Parts: sequence; structure tokens; C-alpha cells
Amino acid sequence: MGIKRDISHTVWSVRGNAVMDVVTRSLEPLIAALRAAGYTVVGPTVKDRAIRLTEISSAAELPDGTGDVQEPGNYRLTERDDGMVFGYAASPDSAKRFTQPPRQTLIRSRGQVIEEVEPEAPRIALLGLRACDLAAIAVQDRVFLGGRHPDPAYRRRREALFLIAVNCAVPGGTCFCVSMGTGPKATAGFDLALTELAAPHRFLIETGSERGARIVAAIPHQAATGDDVAAADEVSRTAAGRMGRTVDTEGVQEWLPAAHDHPRWDDVASRCLACTNCTMACPTCFCSTVEDVTDLSGDVAERSERWDSCFTLDFSEVGGSPVRGSQRGRYRQWLTHKFATWYDQFGTSGCVGCGRCITWCPTGIDVTEELSAIRYGTEGPSCIR
Amino acid sequence: MHPMTPVPYRVRSRRPDRADTVTLALEPLSGPCPGFLPGQFTMIYARGVGEIPMSISGRGRTGTLVHTIRAVGAVSRALCRKRPGDLVGVRGPYGTAWDVPGAAGLDVVVVAGGLGLAPLRTVVRELIAHRSRFGRISVIAGTRTPMTLLYPRELARWRDAHDIDVQVTVDHPDPAWKGPVGLVTRLIDRIVFEPRRTASFVCGPEAMMRAVADDLLRRGVRPERVVLSLERNMKCGVGRCGHCQLGPLLLCLDGPVLGYDRAAGLLAVKEL
Amino acid sequence: MDARQTGRRPRLAVWKFASCDGCQLTLLDCEDELLSIAAEMEIAYFLEASSAPGPGPYDLSLVEGSITTPEDAERIRHVRRVSRRLVTIGACATAGGIQALRDFADVREFTSVVYARPEYIATLERSTPISANVPVDFELRGCPIDKRQLLEVITAFLADRRPVVPGHSVCVECKARGNVCVLVAHGTPCLGPVTQAGCGALCPAYNRGCYGCFGPAETTNSGALNAKLRALGMSDPDLVRVYRTFNATEEPFRRASEEAEGDA
Repeated sequence: MGIKRDISHTVWSVRGNAVMDVVTRSLEPLIAALRAAGYTVVGPTVKDRAIRLTEISSAAELPDGTGDVQEPGNYRLTERDDGMVFGYAASPDSAKRFTQPPRQTLIRSRGQVIEEVEPEAPRIALLGLRACDLAAIAVQDRVFLGGRHPDPAYRRRREALFLIAVNCAVPGGTCFCVSMGTGPKATAGFDLALTELAAPHRFLIETGSERGARIVAAIPHQAATGDDVAAADEVSRTAAGRMGRTVDTEGVQEWLPAAHDHPRWDDVASRCLACTNCTMACPTCFCSTVEDVTDLSGDVAERSERWDSCFTLDFSEVGGSPVRGSQRGRYRQWLTHKFATWYDQFGTSGCVGCGRCITWCPTGIDVTEELSAIRYGTEGPSCIR
Repeated sequence: MHPMTPVPYRVRSRRPDRADTVTLALEPLSGPCPGFLPGQFTMIYARGVGEIPMSISGRGRTGTLVHTIRAVGAVSRALCRKRPGDLVGVRGPYGTAWDVPGAAGLDVVVVAGGLGLAPLRTVVRELIAHRSRFGRISVIAGTRTPMTLLYPRELARWRDAHDIDVQVTVDHPDPAWKGPVGLVTRLIDRIVFEPRRTASFVCGPEAMMRAVADDLLRRGVRPERVVLSLERNMKCGVGRCGHCQLGPLLLCLDGPVLGYDRAAGLLAVKEL
Repeated sequence: MDARQTGRRPRLAVWKFASCDGCQLTLLDCEDELLSIAAEMEIAYFLEASSAPGPGPYDLSLVEGSITTPEDAERIRHVRRVSRRLVTIGACATAGGIQALRDFADVREFTSVVYARPEYIATLERSTPISANVPVDFELRGCPIDKRQLLEVITAFLADRRPVVPGHSVCVECKARGNVCVLVAHGTPCLGPVTQAGCGALCPAYNRGCYGCFGPAETTNSGALNAKLRALGMSDPDLVRVYRTFNATEEPFRRASEEAEGDA
């Protein structure tokens, strides 16, 4: 399958080109410059006892002094006293909501006319994405733009997003981006990438696109010194050593589909609620369903597309009964698709190692542990450090 | 255009086939009908009711897209009620096709179960169009009762005018039925073909297709020459909804038509 | 053939059995849409207006409430006879309702405690859903039902299509709405993972756990959820109570409460 690169024209250079990294002391001018450029800035804030991606108008709304603890089925905020703004791991929110809205109306029909509904593509600057989040966007690009039937609405939403990564300093207990080769340092797919540095508190900014460079030009900054760059590299190096989880995906495309009769599927099915939380929290899970409805008079018909999950029974329904009626079959479908058959369909893994499916599984099912048990048995090498 | 937006088509003609089955010929409101290959499907939209995948069962005389539809759910029921002049939405054609030209020089065995005869009709019509290129051609059709058999007159014409061995079997005979009763696999004994030089096109319920394919393989037909049309839940037809996965495949893109060399292992895994 | 296809406005009836009227009020609550409903359907019989059973026939009957008396057991058969389509609305009609808690106890003991003259009380030993008495065409869940879903059921009836009323868990709506999971992030007990969606994840949106108003989802694994709820500090009597509310006798919830009760 040919992968179109329609998005990448916005990415013009990373390091080593003429663009120099710069350093800035405050994010206030950055947020102001983005707003002046017509972007709604969506960034991390403390809300509902979690770090949420919400609209912000000032750097004062960032989660200064807040960290998080993440483990299977458990998420709690913590207090930090190091003055760091981005001292937390993956937010429950990924970019998926912005690239693929939970529900979108696609067509509206009155009488004999079928009209496409103009997609909403607001100019949004997403601040605080992690390397795993950028990798997830790249995966979704392949799904929605890479095949024979590219989605113009996705393209418009995607092009309206200004992506500001923040390199991860404190990975969570459920993170394993190093195993998936997606992080912790953002290397591509961003307009700007920040690394938060301490003593003195400052941000190193890498520029990944022309429009990113224009924003940098509009804010106070100074050229990064060798020390700044070395300190930033150290942040990413330290983070890489702090992964909460690891997973061995060597040969996973072969051994995972081949393990369709493994007893571990029954074991995990006994713990799986089939509640869909893993798929909903996953930044790459793209499955959707179509709903065709009318108004009471029948004059107006609408088609919407909404998030769906391979854990529902309707998902695989053929002729009135589901192909995957058991939790065992559904969990196996999800895990096998995510880590193995995704390659067959989209030329990449479906997993970016963000750990959200582990943290947000109410019963704490851990994909790294399941994969390890299937590969090596429960007596095998532990995936938990 | 968005891949999920249907194109308005008009019902050009409607022919009731059986009590619950209707054949509709469709043409776009504007522009020519798209081309299609045997085995491909469209997504047909009954306004305000829903959209379902539907195999194409032929090209009409005026170039229309022909679909034979059985009323089994809300959408197919709504489609079966459409009259000439009514509008429907169509997306596609989508999916893989039966390689009929690739069967040149071979014997051809076509096996249909129930409504599976509808897409296979496009295969047979293409075989007939180039009859001399193929060896012996057999069509086996299984159906519930004599009254549910699709295209009975066309089957007779295939037999009488085109040198095709047409065999029909029913699950439940009525008093007038003189033909065979039982599974289509039993009719494979009755037809003549040279297994090593045979291509087979099969469509019907999954269990029936597997039984037929296994039988043909046992007789020595090569697995890649036994080509099935698989069915899974399809919501989009364009590889974006995820519903029609069969292991590594998205059946809307990689199927529905698939060789048994690839399908056998996948169908053997329960709940894949 | 549909009433609509014959050009006649379909006739709607609304029936009440043992219930609180809350689900019928949902219909009245459709302020903006009520006129459209009236334009599309003849509201031929609505309990809020009259208590006499209409003669029918009706194209669509919405039935609220459970069957708790011998008279009602007879009356629902009449309703079925005069209705082309029968849709139950609400937890009472689809699951027996809160009054089905009597199923776990001795109803005669209750009446002797509650009423001065229990011999005047004619009540059945169990509160049963409508589907236990007559065939039902569709069951709309919820305590109370959701207005959007009610409109969808009526609209789908008029369009002769399957209502878009998914059987999946509340979690699907909760995540789509953008809520933070109260179970995971707050340690708040929540029945969302085993409860059918339909409410739009109302309680979690206000940082409350789900109370299971819409009854069991299409797939439940209450054993696994109970383990989580116990880890959050819920006692077995607490667990019994959370499952024994509006949908206590729905099989998955009954099993879940009995599992907890067995351990208590």
C-alpha cells in the first residue's frame, strides 16, 4: 500500500539544518504568539484531578508543580516542588480527539439531494504532545490519508493543527515508548518541540516547520548554547532510562498471530470487562461505525461516524450474530491487531508505547505483561522494571 | 469527495425474483455508470435507513449496475421496496475480483449457495462472453427450496445455449421437485472436470464454502485456484472503520474475493 | 405494510403499569419535538390523559412499568393484542424496576409490615418485566429513559429501521464525551464498565460513579469489576446494594449481587 506524504510538506527541517535551536524563559510569549496567529491554544491543565488537554490563554494555566503516578488501572496526581511545568507523563487525552472527533456528521440529505457536511477544522495549537503522541498522529495519517481512499476532512483537520511537542522528562509507570521506538524524544512530525530545562528554568525550542519558525521569530529568544543542547539531550537520555515498562516485539508479527490458541487468552478474558476503555484511550485506535438517522418527519437524513471499538458485539456482527462473541476472541483481536496485523494493513505497528491502555484499563490489564506471557509464559522475563 | 459520501443513483428497473428477493438496476443521476469486475461490491444506501454492502450481480442492458437483494434486515427491506424512479445512494464498486480471464484454458467450476449465485452470475456471464477460451464449465447452485432458487430461466439458458453443466440441489424439496436434495458438495461428484487444470469460483455461506473448497482440494484442485467471496461486517467499504478484519486482512480492501490458499488458514481460526 | 406508507398517521398509545411515571414524563419533556411527534403520529391514547384502556388498534405502544398485580397481568395481554409494535420504556418495564427488589424477599412479609389491612392488597410475589408476560418488539432501557433515545426509537419506528440504541458499555459514551475515568483517576466506584450506555455518561461527567440505571451492557464481567471495586474498599454488602437497584433482577446484575452476597 502506497503511503502518501501529504502532511509532511509542512515539516521542513529538523536539526542539523540551517535552523538553530533557541532558548526561551517563558511560554507566555509563545502562547500569545500562537493566539495572535489565529490558533486556539490547547494545552495541559489540571482538571478533574487529571492533566487534561484544554483551551488555555496563559502559561499560568499550565500544570506547574503537578506530577502524576500511573500504574495499571490507576492514575493519581502528585505535587512536585521542582518548579517544572511538564513534569508528568501521558495525559488521558491524546491528539485523537482533534484528528478524529468522537462523532462527526458526514452527510445530510434533504429530498433528493445528498450534501457533505462541511467538516470542522479549527486552527488549534496542541501544546504538550509527547513523542508517543506524535507517533500516534503519524499512524493515523497512514490510516486516513495513506490508502486508496484518503479522507479530505481528516486532511483539513490535520493541516489546521499546529503541533508543539514537549520532550518527556518523567515517563510514567506504564510507559514503554523506548520499546516501541517512538520516544521519549520527539524527532519528527512537530512544528515546535520543547525541552524543559532546570537551573535556570528555561525551554529549548527545536523548529520542525516553516510555520514553527515564524512563531519562534515572533517571540523573545536567544540562540541555544552547546550547554543547553547537552542539557536537553540529557533530559531525553534520562527519560529513556526511566520507562515503567518494556516489551519485546521482536518477531511479533509472526509469533502473536500464531498464538491464537494460547491459554493466556482465556486468562486475560477473565479479567477483561470488554468495556472498550483501552480502545477509546488509545491514540491510534481508529475504528468507527456509521449511524444513519432521520428526523421525525423523515425529511432530513443524516449520516454520522463515531468512535467504535472491537470490544463491542455489533462490531463483528454478520447475519445477526457476532463473529467474535467471546471476550477471549475480542481481546485477542485487539492485541493481535495492535501489535501484529496492523503492519499488514498499514505498514507500521499500531502501538506507540504511551501506556494509556494500561493506565486506563479499570482492571489494570497490562499489554506488555500479556505479550510477555504469550511469548515466554508467566515464568519468563518480567516486563515490569 | 469524502469516501463516505454516497452518489445518488436512480432505480432504473425493478424485477421481483422471489417472494423476498428483488433485482434492481441502478444508474447514476448524472454521468456514466462506473465499471466493475466480477465479485466486487458496492455500499448501497437507503436514505435514512442505513447502508449495506451488496455484491454486484450484473451489468444491465443500458449499462446499469444490477444488484439482487434479499430482504433480511431493515436496509435490504427498504431497498427491496424501491420502485423505478426512486433514489438510492451508491459508493464503490469496491474490493477484489474473481480473475475470470486467468481461468482461460482451464475447466471452470462455479459453486453457489443461496444468494451467492448473485455475484457469481457476473462470473458466468463473462465465461459465456468468451466461452471458447475455457474448457468444461460447471455451475452448481444450492438453495433452500425450489422456490428460493435465483435466476431459474437464466440457469436453463446457460445449460441449453452455452454448453454449461448446470446442477441444482435444494435443502427442502417440494412435491414437484425431481432434482437432487442436500448439500452442494454432493453434486461435485456429478460434474466432470480435470482437477489439476481447474479454476473454481465459490460464493455462499462460510461453512458451505469451506466444505466445497476442502472437497475441491481433496480432488486435487490447487488452493489458489479455489477462490471464495468472504463476508464480514462492513461499515465503510474503504478500510477506515475496521469492522471487516479477518486477521491481517481488511476484507473490504483485501477481499471479499480471496484464494483458498490464503483464506483456509484464516477461516480455520475460531472468532478471528 | 407501514401505516405511513398507506398515508395514514400511525396511532401511538402510551400505557402505564407499576412505575413512577418518570418515563412517560420523558415523552412530555420532548417539548420541541412533541409537536413534530403529533404531526407524524396520532397520539391516540396517553395515560396521563385518561385511565380507560383504549380500544385500539395502535401502531406503536409505549409501555411503562412492570407487572405486579393479577389485573395488570391481564391488562398487558390486552395491550399486546391491540398493538402492532410494543416497545417497553424504562427499567420497570424492561427489568421489573426497583419494585423487583421484592423478588429477593417475601412480599407477604412486606405487606404485613407496611399495610394496616394486608388482606386488601392483591399483589404478585414478583415484579416482572413486560417481556416475561408478552412478546416485546423493542426494549428501551433506563431509569428514567433518555429523551434522545426515546425520540430515536419513535423516529426509527416511523422510518421502519432499527433504532440506533447500542448495547455497549457506558465507557464508550464516557470517553467520547471526554470524561476522565472516575474509577481509575479518582478511585470512585462506578458501574459504567458493566452498564449499557444511553445516558450519555451523565454521572461520570459530574465526577460521580455510574449507578447502573440502564441495566447490564451486552457483555458484562462483574467478577472482574467486583475485584476492582473491592480493591477500592467496597464491602460485600455495599456491592450487593449497588447491583440491587433499578435493574436488580436483570440476570448479569442478579448474578453479580449474588456473587457478592455469597461472599458476604
